[in-house]
Amino acid sequence: MVEKELDFSEVEKRLGVSRRTFLKFCTGVAASLGLSTHAAIAMAAAVADPKRRPPVIWLHGQECTGPTEALLRSEQPSLEHLILDLISVDYHQTLDAGAGHQVEAVKKKAMQDNKGKYLLVIEGAIPIKDNGIYCKIAGETMLDITNEAAEHAAAIVAFGSCASWGGVQSASPNPTGATGAPQVLKDKTVVTIPGCPPNPANFIGTVLFFVTYGKLPPIDDKGRPKWAYGRLIHENCYRRPHFDAGRFANEFGDEGHRKGYCLYKLGCKGPETYNNCPSLEYNNIGGGVWPVGVGHPCFGCSEKGVGFDKPMFSLADVKTHTPPNMFPAIEQREASGGLTAGAAALAGAAAGAALGAAAMGAKKLDAKEGDQD
Amino acid sequence: MSNHQALGGRIFTGPFIVLLVVFVIGCVFMVERFTEGMGAVSNLNGGFAWGIWVVYDVVVGTAFACGGYALAFMVYVFNKGQYHPLVRPAVLASLLGYAMGGFGAFFDMGRFWQFYEIFIPGNWNFNSVMLEVGLCVTAYIFVLTLEFAPALLEKLGLDGLLKALNKVLFLLIALGVLLPTMHQSSLGSLLIAAGHKVHPLWQSLHMQPVLALLTALIMGFSIVIFEASTSAVGFGRESESPLLAKLGKVIIGLLVAFLVIRLIVLMTQGKLGLIFGFDFASLMFLLEMALFVIPVFILLSPARRGRGSQLLIAAVSMLMAGALYRFSAFLFTYNPGPGYSYFPSVAEIMITLGIIALELMAYLVLVKTLPVLHPEKHA
Repeated sequence: MVEKELDFSEVEKRLGVSRRTFLKFCTGVAASLGLSTHAAIAMAAAVADPKRRPPVIWLHGQECTGPTEALLRSEQPSLEHLILDLISVDYHQTLDAGAGHQVEAVKKKAMQDNKGKYLLVIEGAIPIKDNGIYCKIAGETMLDITNEAAEHAAAIVAFGSCASWGGVQSASPNPTGATGAPQVLKDKTVVTIPGCPPNPANFIGTVLFFVTYGKLPPIDDKGRPKWAYGRLIHENCYRRPHFDAGRFANEFGDEGHRKGYCLYKLGCKGPETYNNCPSLEYNNIGGGVWPVGVGHPCFGCSEKGVGFDKPMFSLADVKTHTPPNMFPAIEQREASGGLTAGAAALAGAAAGAALGAAAMGAKKLDAKEGDQD
Repeated sequence: MSNHQALGGRIFTGPFIVLLVVFVIGCVFMVERFTEGMGAVSNLNGGFAWGIWVVYDVVVGTAFACGGYALAFMVYVFNKGQYHPLVRPAVLASLLGYAMGGFGAFFDMGRFWQFYEIFIPGNWNFNSVMLEVGLCVTAYIFVLTLEFAPALLEKLGLDGLLKALNKVLFLLIALGVLLPTMHQSSLGSLLIAAGHKVHPLWQSLHMQPVLALLTALIMGFSIVIFEASTSAVGFGRESESPLLAKLGKVIIGLLVAFLVIRLIVLMTQGKLGLIFGFDFASLMFLLEMALFVIPVFILLSPARRGRGSQLLIAAVSMLMAGALYRFSAFLFTYNPGPGYSYFPSVAEIMITLGIIALELMAYLVLVKTLPVLHPEKHA
């Protein structure tokens, strides 16, 4: 126990965050993964143990470095420190201080020294047309670099939509043949964290799981961690009740839009996009900061065949229940019509007729039974 | 062969034509409801999502249609074969009552075209009481159709099919007892779900299903007496009072059980004072109690019980009592919050009356053309 406390104080010093903040963070990550507080403590212990930090080779292909930017700009206190402390980044083209032949040599050495132990993170699409000549780093094509690095990686994570399935540059006509890492590394298991940019929390959760348990979290057929991409945005969206009730924003700035109604009719792709945006929101700011939260329809950035593929304002292909094309008007009726003379007369007449018939029946039965006797 | 026979006789009698006129007027509004929407014909609103269509056609109507349930219980569960002559007409009335309840529910469904979704297991919401009611009622309509099918098969002379059906009929009858037990008690659970909107005098919480079931059985037995009495009068048949009198004895037990549970619940919940508030709810409660107590006195006396007229009065009193219990809980004293009020519109009432007229017409036609009623003993 004492040793653990010391470990955490070490972390406090290293990261410049309080022990409380650190443990809160680990608990938050464990909770978003659907794990218990025991897992949170295990994660904290794993982070605190410098021996367990896996070396990381981080490659960039065709992309805007959005995923790295998203990770570095997260507002969580010292999150980037935590990430960079949690893993030992031996090679990262955006963050490396060195340049040129020097860093390439470091990369080769790191890969050689940590054969079968390093974590490979791929960011950006890989062009495969014309043998991949459209993206070169240090004279080598991204295609070759990826294949080489994947050869002896302990685990491979494709970070961002570009690396996961091609992203924006794979949009038609896709002149460079931009492809996602899982399609290039067909015989390897690639965990994908799609999103444009992806939510850093989904990356951190996955990596923390890997560091803590030495294996990857459960993934779906597209390689996405189930804890983050198991549900449609539509399923957990807080505008969903408006969808079910047929209350939609029909254009930007109309009454429905101002009242926070469902954005489906503005082309929200939430009904066909798997992601956890509604529950995690974005950049740890809170307060509804994510596209649907701020009144813009979901773009479907993390879903192959939706983001950069479907027109922004076209209706989504609803995977759950489709609403009819025409809904009745929304009106808040309270006291409607009220009691009219006709209605009262009719109700009275119906009740009276039933009672009268019963009374007549009783009388006739008496007469009849009199005859029978 | 069966010992039931068709009544025969003219179909277009005076009462039938009156019913036909009511039905035709109702049809006009039914068409309007489906072409112009619910708002055009009904006074339903945000607070009263359920009006006369659901509360009469489904909640009260299916209780009126519990004759088949009550008798199936008596004849097959308690093995009282003597009541068998009453079963087939009761099953017919139940079938029509439930079919009309289902038909009536369609008028109240805003998006009725999505109704089929309830039959797709993947879409089931197990937290919904309505799911249970919807599935159960639909299943029960099918079961009732099969329970009644022998009458049609006899008429058509399809003996092979009849024999096959008779072999599995016991299973259908078992379902015919199980399904109403499930959904009639769930109608009580609906009131639990409505929570504080239900007036305290009717909000018995976990006892709701028991009370709903007891009223269903009471109304079921009452409707059997009512039908037998009215067909004795209307079709000029011999009175079946002796058999009905025995049924009356069974009902006393149910009535007493209902009254005792009802009052004990109010006592344990500390609501007895509300009975004597003499406001609208209290008057409705007292009227309901009176309607439940009167038949107890009629049925307790063997002399009264033996007379057809007294039995009919008791039956009507119980039907009104049960209907009032449900109407009060679901509609009369229902309070969805300030600002809401509801009284059905003429069009709404006419649709319900049209449905009732259709049901009665169907009953008249079917007992005259199919072997439903038992032949008279001394004929």
